[in-house]
Amino acid sequence: QTTEDIQSSKLKKKAKKQKKESKIAVQNAEQDANEPESVDSASAPVFPPTFSVSEIKNKQRRHLMFMRLKQEKRRVRLKKRRKEREALGDEAPPKPVPKTIENQRVYDETTVDPEDEEVAFDEGTDEFSAYFNRLTNPKVLITTSDRPRGRTVRFCQQLATIIPDSHVYYRRGLALKRIIPQCIARGFTYLIVINEDRKVPNGLVLCHLPDGPTAHFKVSSVRLRKEMKRRGKDPTKHTPEVILNNFTTRLGHSIGRMFAALFPHDPEFVGRQVATFHNQRDFIFFRFHRYIFKNEKRVGIQELGPRFTLKLRSLQKGTFDSKFGEYEWVHKVSLPLSRVKQSLYCPHITTVLLGVLYCDCFFKR
Amino acid sequence: MAEKSRVCSVWVGSETGILKGVSLAKKQAFNFCEMSHLSREQEVCVLCWGDVHETEVLLGCANGEVKTFSTEKGVFTETRLCGQIDEGKFTGLAVVDSALVTSVESGLVKVWKEGSTDTVEINAGKSVCRMRQNPAQRHRVGTGGKENGLKVWDLERPDTPVFTAKNVRNDWLDLRVPEWVRDLAFVPDSDKIVTCTGHHQVRVYDPATPQRRPVLETQFGEYPLTALSLPASPVSVVVGNTQGQMAVLDLRKGLVCGSLKGLAGGVRELQCHPSLPLVASCGLDRFLRVHSLEDRSVQHKVRLGTLAWLWTLLSLCFRSSLLQECPATHQGDEAVKEEEHGGEDEVWDAMETVTEKASQRRKATEGFRDGAEKMAIKKKKVKK
Repeated sequence: QTTEDIQSSKLKKKAKKQKKESKIAVQNAEQDANEPESVDSASAPVFPPTFSVSEIKNKQRRHLMFMRLKQEKRRVRLKKRRKEREALGDEAPPKPVPKTIENQRVYDETTVDPEDEEVAFDEGTDEFSAYFNRLTNPKVLITTSDRPRGRTVRFCQQLATIIPDSHVYYRRGLALKRIIPQCIARGFTYLIVINEDRKVPNGLVLCHLPDGPTAHFKVSSVRLRKEMKRRGKDPTKHTPEVILNNFTTRLGHSIGRMFAALFPHDPEFVGRQVATFHNQRDFIFFRFHRYIFKNEKRVGIQELGPRFTLKLRSLQKGTFDSKFGEYEWVHKVSLPLSRVKQSLYCPHITTVLLGVLYCDCFFKR
Repeated sequence: MAEKSRVCSVWVGSETGILKGVSLAKKQAFNFCEMSHLSREQEVCVLCWGDVHETEVLLGCANGEVKTFSTEKGVFTETRLCGQIDEGKFTGLAVVDSALVTSVESGLVKVWKEGSTDTVEINAGKSVCRMRQNPAQRHRVGTGGKENGLKVWDLERPDTPVFTAKNVRNDWLDLRVPEWVRDLAFVPDSDKIVTCTGHHQVRVYDPATPQRRPVLETQFGEYPLTALSLPASPVSVVVGNTQGQMAVLDLRKGLVCGSLKGLAGGVRELQCHPSLPLVASCGLDRFLRVHSLEDRSVQHKVRLGTLAWLWTLLSLCFRSSLLQECPATHQGDEAVKEEEHGGEDEVWDAMETVTEKASQRRKATEGFRDGAEKMAIKKKKVKK
């Protein structure tokens, strides 16, 4: 009996769409004594007042009837509105703009003005000034949390191919506070620690070495080279170009500079490789591509290399010291959740700090 | 320049050497810097008032200079070299009878007399994180640092401290509890001293008692407490830690009264207004926030350009300017209170006298009814 009911409800739906009323309605009326009023629904959009959709006991049928009811109501409402608008003609009020998250964004007061002298001075003398004044070249040490498993190890190896002058070392259960002085002595400028949880990399600590800030990120959506579709051949050892999108606030500037200082200054355009850090709604998307200019206007890109997403958890002044260090920014969950306010990006000004290429080629909106 | 400096109610020093005057009425920070070239060596480590009338601000810089800034004229008037870079940064600055008292990270406290190059030196230990002056007895100074407990010195007798605090007893594993005094404050109208430590403890010492151990000890949070301030009421203390959590603690029992929210980065300095229930905080997130202690909401939030090692000073002129800025709120409060009083009388007159028994019965019956309904629903569900 149940299958017949389902069939009958489907038939009813078809009847509504095709508007064949009489024959099928009669058949349905014989089969279902429960819903005599539904016959009317095929012809007239208004339900009689005694009947309500919630009285139908069958969940599937009730859902169907409710959906139909909603569609009908919406259709009636839109028709009415369109008629009113046509009737008014020129006097009609302008169409309201729908609310989107991008529309409702709160302007972040910490957005950096490109001409701000104080910020320029601050950045001219901060911990990255040695890199940006071309006094040092980056040398990166990549390690993991203790006893990493396959995926994390492969991720580290692939990161090492992307970042020039980087070395992967096994952690051996050593404390970071002891590793850091040794790295400084050997001339490393960055320490990357990839944290692993349940065989999957889920965290990244990026520590700028002489004295620099330590950023702690949450890593998600790691795709290794094997898992990429339509990827190109392995990246070569040429220095890639770096693109940093949407790091506009003061905090965004600091993080953007941290990423920029990972790569050597002069990109080798022969290699045609580019690393992109794209910030959107406080998530930083990392992609690595190889490009080729087919003619002046058209470019082809191939994604190589791993891709992952980062979200900043905290920025600490000084080298890694989670207990006694001072935090410049900490992600606090207790504050009321607002998708609208973001810390790294403000939509009014978009700046690209480094890199030569076109923007918006990878992420179509 | 002079006009700007007179309007400012809060003074903040920054890491690049700029002195910022903040006008809360205009919600703006004005920069005052001595020279066109700035450097990190001029980082302002300490700020203090030059005199009782709060017309001069003294800045202690990282390269050992102490600059004087006049708030009325809006310019830097004097610079004095009081120390070398290798001794460490300034951790405290005070003025005693026209002599300058400075302390550095390496533990040396020096008294620089006006006009002469003689200094009286006190060795306050191997590290001093903070030195503060007793506002009531201005020749008394307290120091504390890492593995260096609280010591109160009398500048007229610099040989031995007036009061040396003893560390608390060994903990439950019989291990020595590490000491790290980050900030201290003298409680007005008494001899007591409140300190906050890098091991998230807040301790109260009383030199009047023979007990050298803390009279009260409480913990707050899990991160080092970096700043402390005493509000006008003698009962509570406001503390801030490296994660940007600020709280008001009650000193009678040692419990947290409430927390002040809004800071995203570590707190560097807190200052309570001497008479109004307001506290100004600045930290690594480059904002100056003024919270009201009554409802713990943010009253003012001003963006400062550069960060870190910001010290704030609140002044008495803060008060007068505040009254001008927020006369509306004050009047509003009074008006509201009047309304409430008047409103209450009317309400009382209009209400009928209700006996207690009836209300109790009503509550009881309601309770029974609800309970009975619930039981009935449950039974129905069970049957199904």
